[in-house]
Amino acid sequence: MLCEQCHEREAVVHLTQIVNEQVTTVHLCERCAAEKGVEGGALPAKTPLGDFLAALGKGQMGLPVGGVEQTPCPTCGATLQDFRQSGRLGCADCYRTFEPQMRDLLRRVHGSTHHVGERYARRGSEPVSMDHLQDELRDQLRLAVETENFELAAELRDRLRSTE
Amino acid sequence: MIDLTLLPDGGLGWLDASGPESHLVLSTRIRLARNLAGRVFVGRNSESERESVLRDVEAAARDTVLLRQAARFRLDRLDVVERHLLHERHLVSRELAGLGPEGRTRSGAALLVQDRVGVMLNEEDHLRLQGLQSGFALEAAYADLDRVDTELGQRLAFAFHPEFGYLTSCPTNVGTGLRASVLIHLPGLVLTKEISKVLQGLSQVGLTFRGLYGEGSEVVGNFFQLSNQTTLGQTEAELLDHLGKVVRQVMDYEEQARQVLLRNAPAIIEDKVWRAYGLLRYARALSFDEAMNLLSGVRLGVGVDLIPGVSIYTLNKLLIHAQPAHLAAAEGLALDDADLPIHRAHLVRRVLEDEVGRRG
Repeated sequence: MLCEQCHEREAVVHLTQIVNEQVTTVHLCERCAAEKGVEGGALPAKTPLGDFLAALGKGQMGLPVGGVEQTPCPTCGATLQDFRQSGRLGCADCYRTFEPQMRDLLRRVHGSTHHVGERYARRGSEPVSMDHLQDELRDQLRLAVETENFELAAELRDRLRSTE
Repeated sequence: MIDLTLLPDGGLGWLDASGPESHLVLSTRIRLARNLAGRVFVGRNSESERESVLRDVEAAARDTVLLRQAARFRLDRLDVVERHLLHERHLVSRELAGLGPEGRTRSGAALLVQDRVGVMLNEEDHLRLQGLQSGFALEAAYADLDRVDTELGQRLAFAFHPEFGYLTSCPTNVGTGLRASVLIHLPGLVLTKEISKVLQGLSQVGLTFRGLYGEGSEVVGNFFQLSNQTTLGQTEAELLDHLGKVVRQVMDYEEQARQVLLRNAPAIIEDKVWRAYGLLRYARALSFDEAMNLLSGVRLGVGVDLIPGVSIYTLNKLLIHAQPAHLAAAEGLALDDADLPIHRAHLVRRVLEDEVGRRG
């Protein structure tokens, strides 16, 4: 999104105001926001990620700028510098490659580094047993009945019978 | 033109106002960000890798119950009006529709949708599973989504880290990958000027707000999307429970604000909502922003029993069909056609007349 003032630079400040009982949001680049007297630091729209990335760039995180910045992820080739520019990582392995930085970032953004939600059990890590297949077919059958997908339910029932 | 009849309800079942608290809450949406293990993320991968992601996920979806008969839209093969249309229906994000700063769609960008669940493919993450419900219905939206996640997760290998959880392209989504949003109408808080306090309070309790169309969008028609800001360190149930409690509180504040307005300034409020109704009934040209603000006024009037005979469902339909791409598609016009405001006013007049009769 471009700045509404200069229509040149990327809008990074999104300011919601209430004027005459109407809520309006203005999107400004950093320079135009400063000219309008909007203090960047006081704005809630600035994300913790942005602050962190800025800090990374200035070397305030105690990271040696230069060497670490340029070290590429062996899987996808992305560097910390790429991440700082785009805000996105290149692949799942980046989380291992840049683990200390990521752990620090996650702590700042989320207040935690430990996932406590659903754990993912990948299928295929062990050979599929007949019991497992039957369990899954039963699950699917239950789901099909619950969602009133009776044609599919009949098909699943037949498949289940053939395994028994 | 895309065939929206592929979707039994046109992908609009969520606005039928059948859900809980529909007078305040338009819809509840939850999404889960997932990536395929061993594949480069969307921002750095190639066209052929995105095609391969699309093929694998589609094959897995065909083998599930909840996405078996999903309608499929290749965003990268649709024209700009069609992409806008899907975005206006809240079925795809601005990024997937190629309406963001870059202004073009990524190859392999696609949407699968069946009933109240869907998957955006090759968005910021390989998969963005989403569930959409009418009204305030966090549990129902998550129940469907959890099933889709389980079904697809058994057939695909998702990127998962033992400590960090589900790995996402942007670290702000890591962990559960869950973002839940409640689209709520808060005219009372805006009129009493209490809204800024409420919005500031949200950030203090780890929540955030966005405009009508989600990330980076403006607040129009006094609609706010309230959602969780963090995704790591809490379980899915905790995240939803926390958001749900705060939304309930915001709903209470809104009801109180409406009571204050009715008690302290009844004549002003009555004038305001009927004025909005009058303009919608008789105006000959309406800009989108004006229409949204007037619809907000009428919605408030219906909510506090000042305006009889207009249903929330009708107002929801107008909210969708008065949008630029919906009008342009219906009338066969370009998105920037100068006559859109005239067509918008005509549509609104016709729909309201059907609802309340000529003399209403």
